[in-house]
Amino acid sequence: MKKNLSHKETMAIERVKMPEQDPRQRSRNFQEVNLGLTKQQAMREAQRCLQCKSQPCVEGCPVRVRIPEFLEAVAEDNMPLAAHILLADNTLPAVCGRVCPQEEQCEIVCVRSAKSGPVAIGYLERYVADWAMQNPDKLLKQDRPEPSGKTVAVVGSGPAGLTMAGELAHLGHQVTIFEALHETGGVLRYGIPEFRLPKDIVDAEVDRLKKIGVTIECNVIIGKTLTLDDLIRQFDAVFIGNGAGLPMMLNIEGENLKGVFSANEYLTRVNLMGAWRDDLPTPIIQGRRVVVIGGGNTAMDAVRTARRLGAERAIILYRRSEAEMPARDEEIKHAKEEGIEFILLAAPLEVLGDDKGWVNGLRCQRMKLGEPDASGRRRPQPIEGDTFLLEADVVVNAIGTRPNPLLTSTAPNLGLSAKGNIATDENGATSIPGVFAGGDIVRGGATVILAMGDGKKAAAAIDNYLRKPS
Amino acid sequence: MFEVLENDTLAPNVHRLVVRAPRIAKARKPGQFVIVHPQKGGERIPLTIADADPEDGTITLFVQAIGASTLKITGTPPGSSLLDIAGPLGKETDIENWGRVVCVGGGVGTAVLYPQAKALADAGNEVTTIIGGRSAPFIILAEELGRFSREVLITTEDGSLGKQGFVTNALQELIDDPLRCPQAIFAVGPVPMMRAVCELSRPYGIKTIVSLNPIMIDGTGMCGGCRVSIAGETKFACVDGPEFDGHQVDFALLMDRLTMYRDQEARLVEDLPESLKGKITKVKK
Repeated sequence: MKKNLSHKETMAIERVKMPEQDPRQRSRNFQEVNLGLTKQQAMREAQRCLQCKSQPCVEGCPVRVRIPEFLEAVAEDNMPLAAHILLADNTLPAVCGRVCPQEEQCEIVCVRSAKSGPVAIGYLERYVADWAMQNPDKLLKQDRPEPSGKTVAVVGSGPAGLTMAGELAHLGHQVTIFEALHETGGVLRYGIPEFRLPKDIVDAEVDRLKKIGVTIECNVIIGKTLTLDDLIRQFDAVFIGNGAGLPMMLNIEGENLKGVFSANEYLTRVNLMGAWRDDLPTPIIQGRRVVVIGGGNTAMDAVRTARRLGAERAIILYRRSEAEMPARDEEIKHAKEEGIEFILLAAPLEVLGDDKGWVNGLRCQRMKLGEPDASGRRRPQPIEGDTFLLEADVVVNAIGTRPNPLLTSTAPNLGLSAKGNIATDENGATSIPGVFAGGDIVRGGATVILAMGDGKKAAAAIDNYLRKPS
Repeated sequence: MFEVLENDTLAPNVHRLVVRAPRIAKARKPGQFVIVHPQKGGERIPLTIADADPEDGTITLFVQAIGASTLKITGTPPGSSLLDIAGPLGKETDIENWGRVVCVGGGVGTAVLYPQAKALADAGNEVTTIIGGRSAPFIILAEELGRFSREVLITTEDGSLGKQGFVTNALQELIDDPLRCPQAIFAVGPVPMMRAVCELSRPYGIKTIVSLNPIMIDGTGMCGGCRVSIAGETKFACVDGPEFDGHQVDFALLMDRLTMYRDQEARLVEDLPESLKGKITKVKK
């Protein structure tokens, strides 16, 4: 491949298309939907980067990956260098390359967006991260940091906690992660399905952290097994990244019928407990007609999971229109290709059941959009008298989560917001000196990459805190 | 990994395990439970912590084998380990000095009751214990409970030990006796038993606390699978319980939700080798 392209030649390259599993086939299996770029595709796509001076993409990335630098290395077929740059800036690149909303972050600001579409930064991140995983012997040596002699406890092994651990380990601090569940990864493990994020990718990213000296203890629930005070006594600093956790209920009649799940339970059964696999005993109700309530990424994950478990009809029920859906465009597109039906501008009024206590339908209210609310999205309003029935043998509630009080209720000195989230300054510092927090426990339900951005920012703040002469 | 130090059979398919879990032993309060995940790929099973020794760093669990995963737990010999144990979870028993209390245990629920009864006695309550079971071999912990109970009343369905009948018969006798009538009742056992105790005590207005056992996954409030209806409001048994005011519990809903995976569970049991099928107890739900 020609190395130095003219500006005209560069501009002539069209954005690469991600090779995907055929929708008819993939809607019946749990294998990954996106298949990844070939080396040729990756190098050619990386050549589309104009290496502009302003680097808006770096500004758009919550963890500030040096994107043009790693793209240049890819374009020049120098994968070891590309991996070296990417791994230095991002603790979980193989995860981010799959689940980050790049179209709202690094790619939306790409100077090539206007004409032929932005450089496919996300696809390239995934390519390089996967290459690094497959070629551990070719990776450039990272300098071993001087041990600082300081210890940090991290609560939760989700995206915020793993990023925090990686950053601090690279700075020479001794990190111990405490995870409540029996496996690592938090939402990456229990929430995001195999077909979007294979669990061996999570394993590989976690293993890399263990290799650089991070200790992970599962089955430790902070607030129960140990308290925040215990951690403050035993460690030099603490980071809390324990997630949002508690499902919001619909608070309508019939919600406790059999066959009605929170998205957390539905996805945890399938993902963490492996109900999708034939070789594991975890039971799940395989609905023939599944209705998922909500319009976020979690709703898309749940409805696409239902389809793969064999649902003849898998339906999204959302109270606003498609334009207001918080889910990524790619998730909505993939869902539609897989035959997911969308019933928009409708909200559940009541869950209906049979005489044996099983759900058999929903009574729904048609909605229209009114004035914008606090979130800037147009507020849904009921159309009086316009209701309809929807048949369903499984209903999944994916309307959102609220903060889990398990830890905060046992830490009276920790300042909280009115909604029960942990209050922090812009660097993640809480009301207790040496205690930092980030991710969904601070933000409410947000994304993997924002949690990682919090972890990275707070890591710098913790490093400062630890190096301050006391 | 959590090493099993002791594993005794107390009643048919009911085992008492002493397990090394120092952090849990230290943090645990009466009424709390753990989630045991015996092996990779297995289910997560909630089990009440019957006792804990913070100095030795051990906890005591009582387990009834009712399916593949509980069978794996009861089948773990001393010296071997259980893969994951998380806890202590749930709220601790609200121990007050009620005066006279009756503690009612049914089947393996008697083991769950034991730490509560002991804590109530330690708090100065006069404790009377009623233990019920199918037949004599299913009556457990009578001697241990007798150490701090004013009296221990036993009922069996077949009359092979104590009085023939149900725990409610014995409870009715106590309520009818002004000198033995309790100010509070603690009941742990099969759902139909707890419901019957609550229905009996309701007209007398005697506070009745029950410990609920819905299906759970994480035990930390995350999944909402264990939701129960308390005074018409949805609560999560794992974080809001497991103990609730029995007069406010919707028992019909609890029983119904416990049957959610009955068909799948039956198939799993069906797939067990013949040699193991005798080692589990079929539970009516």
